[in-house]
Amino acid sequence: MGLGPAILTIFAFMVIPIFILGVFSFMPADPYGGVDKGFSYEAWVQLFFERDLDDSLIFDPVYLQIIFRSIVLAVLATITTLAVGFPVAWYIVQQPAKKRELLLFLVTIPFWTNLLIRAYAWILILGKNGMIEKPLYGLGIIDESLELMYGNLAIGLGLVYSYIPLMILPIYASLEKLDFGLIEAAHDLYAKRYSVIRKIVIPLCLPGIIAGCILVFVLSLGDFISPSILGGGKKMMLSNLIQFQFSSARNWPFGGALTMLLLIMVGIGSFFYIRVLGKREEIK
Amino acid sequence: MSIKRHMRKAATLAVAALFSGSVFAEGELFFYNWVDYTPPELIKKFEEETGVKVTVDTYDSNETLLAKLKSGATGYDVVVPSQNFVTIMISEGMLEKIDVKGMSNYGNVDDRWKNPAWDPTQDYSAPWQMGSTSFSINMDGYDGPGNSLKEFFEPSDALKGKVQVFKTPDEVIPLALMYLGLPQCNESPEDMKKVQELLLKQKESVKTYNSETMVANLTNGEVLMSSHWDGYSMKNRLDSKMDSLKYVHPKEGIIGWFDSLVVPKGAPNKENAEKFINFMMDAKNGAELSNFNRYASPLKAAAVGDHLDPTLGTAPEINIDPNIPVHFSETCSAKATKLYDRVWTKLLQ
Repeated sequence: MGLGPAILTIFAFMVIPIFILGVFSFMPADPYGGVDKGFSYEAWVQLFFERDLDDSLIFDPVYLQIIFRSIVLAVLATITTLAVGFPVAWYIVQQPAKKRELLLFLVTIPFWTNLLIRAYAWILILGKNGMIEKPLYGLGIIDESLELMYGNLAIGLGLVYSYIPLMILPIYASLEKLDFGLIEAAHDLYAKRYSVIRKIVIPLCLPGIIAGCILVFVLSLGDFISPSILGGGKKMMLSNLIQFQFSSARNWPFGGALTMLLLIMVGIGSFFYIRVLGKREEIK
Repeated sequence: MSIKRHMRKAATLAVAALFSGSVFAEGELFFYNWVDYTPPELIKKFEEETGVKVTVDTYDSNETLLAKLKSGATGYDVVVPSQNFVTIMISEGMLEKIDVKGMSNYGNVDDRWKNPAWDPTQDYSAPWQMGSTSFSINMDGYDGPGNSLKEFFEPSDALKGKVQVFKTPDEVIPLALMYLGLPQCNESPEDMKKVQELLLKQKESVKTYNSETMVANLTNGEVLMSSHWDGYSMKNRLDSKMDSLKYVHPKEGIIGWFDSLVVPKGAPNKENAEKFINFMMDAKNGAELSNFNRYASPLKAAAVGDHLDPTLGTAPEINIDPNIPVHFSETCSAKATKLYDRVWTKLLQ
């Protein structure tokens, strides 16, 4: 009974749209957007092969390359946010309760503004004569532009900035439950700092770390604002490719197939998360 | 936890705000137009004259508009597609018929744009603005002549990493085909291969592919050359006081476009849409539209004459040398679109 509304919401706003996309990916494309009646697996063939003039199929890695690049970028973003987010969560958890609440509140502030607007704010900061370059010019430290915008650095910064709260919050939640007595005990038993972190802190807050990593990874993989606005749109990411199929290319079935593929990859990630957590429960 | 309680309150307020919009649905108009293409004063004037509340939303390309409408996004009353997309929308049955010819201000429309090729009986569309697509160069410190597509597609070393290009193939490939002297709406893989090579070569000099940020990037020097539209480039030159900004009329030819007002099927406020369309064909309003956008007016010169900003008459951007060929993009076949898509994906691979 209690779960009814939740299940209904998930069904109406998640299961049905995904199902429609899945069905679309097996239909022929209407040249002006949308799909025609009928069955076709052309979209799935297109993922791996290019149709030559004589209709023969040639292996074509162009889309796989874009997918691979997106995964690499998402992994890098995840590692960076973890490297920055973990110490931040660790710091917050050690503050007195009042200050802790304030700090957590500050972490969530960026969520109050639309992601797109935040991306544009980065243009003001990183751009030519922006907030970073202007003072450096003034002080005579640089005499030509640092070219911070429109490159991998800007994409990376955008991703890390956007999603770091999603790393900090779950790690904080698991650190909060950590029994600090265990750490003291370890120190009393002459454990070095490094082994305390490796053998006690990390294993105990692993669920938080994994949850944070999955959230950041999934969202980075699907992000298209950072690559197109901050990265200059010179290299497509999976999400830009999907958007392109629904707009310019007007190939909705292929867009659907790509989306299903993205979902499958995300699904595999979540599956491992559950597996890892499940194993831990068993050990306990 | 107190944060939680605040969040719940905030969520309730947000939901309430979402629904309150529909309470006044009777006197509303939802206008979906290109970015930076709607004069706020004219909207205000229309609101004062009619009491209709106008909401403006924006898009960055014809493709975005088409995809949005195709996905069943209802709720827009007036949208502004270019000529080739008007043809698509009519043939796909996506537009409401409107009585443009019966409107009191229809007489102001220049005879050349009555019953245009893309809407031969003019049952669906009314003129908005017309102009051209090419590129602009900041001539300050640039030593080229600024008169050829070669400078855009094969930029000199001075422009390396300083070039911005529109982000949709629909606006870039026709110019590339023109430069290479190949037929438009090209279905030949060999020809498109040449286009692809040209664009890949150009990419070495490209800083960003974007159809929205050219004004900011040209102004602050992030780029020195960018895809541009004639009137927008003129607005860019005047607003940013950049006398060195030259909108190039390439000798190889230029892409022309004509944007129209149309009403999507199922528009909730069709009557207000028609009021708005008639309002925009008024001579004074049409002139103010051009004064704001800096694009040529499709209304009769005699009608808009007095109200038009005199600088428009002599502006280098919108007055094209009659010897330069102008090509109006048409609707390409699915086969050509697929090839364009391949070229673009390979370009951004």
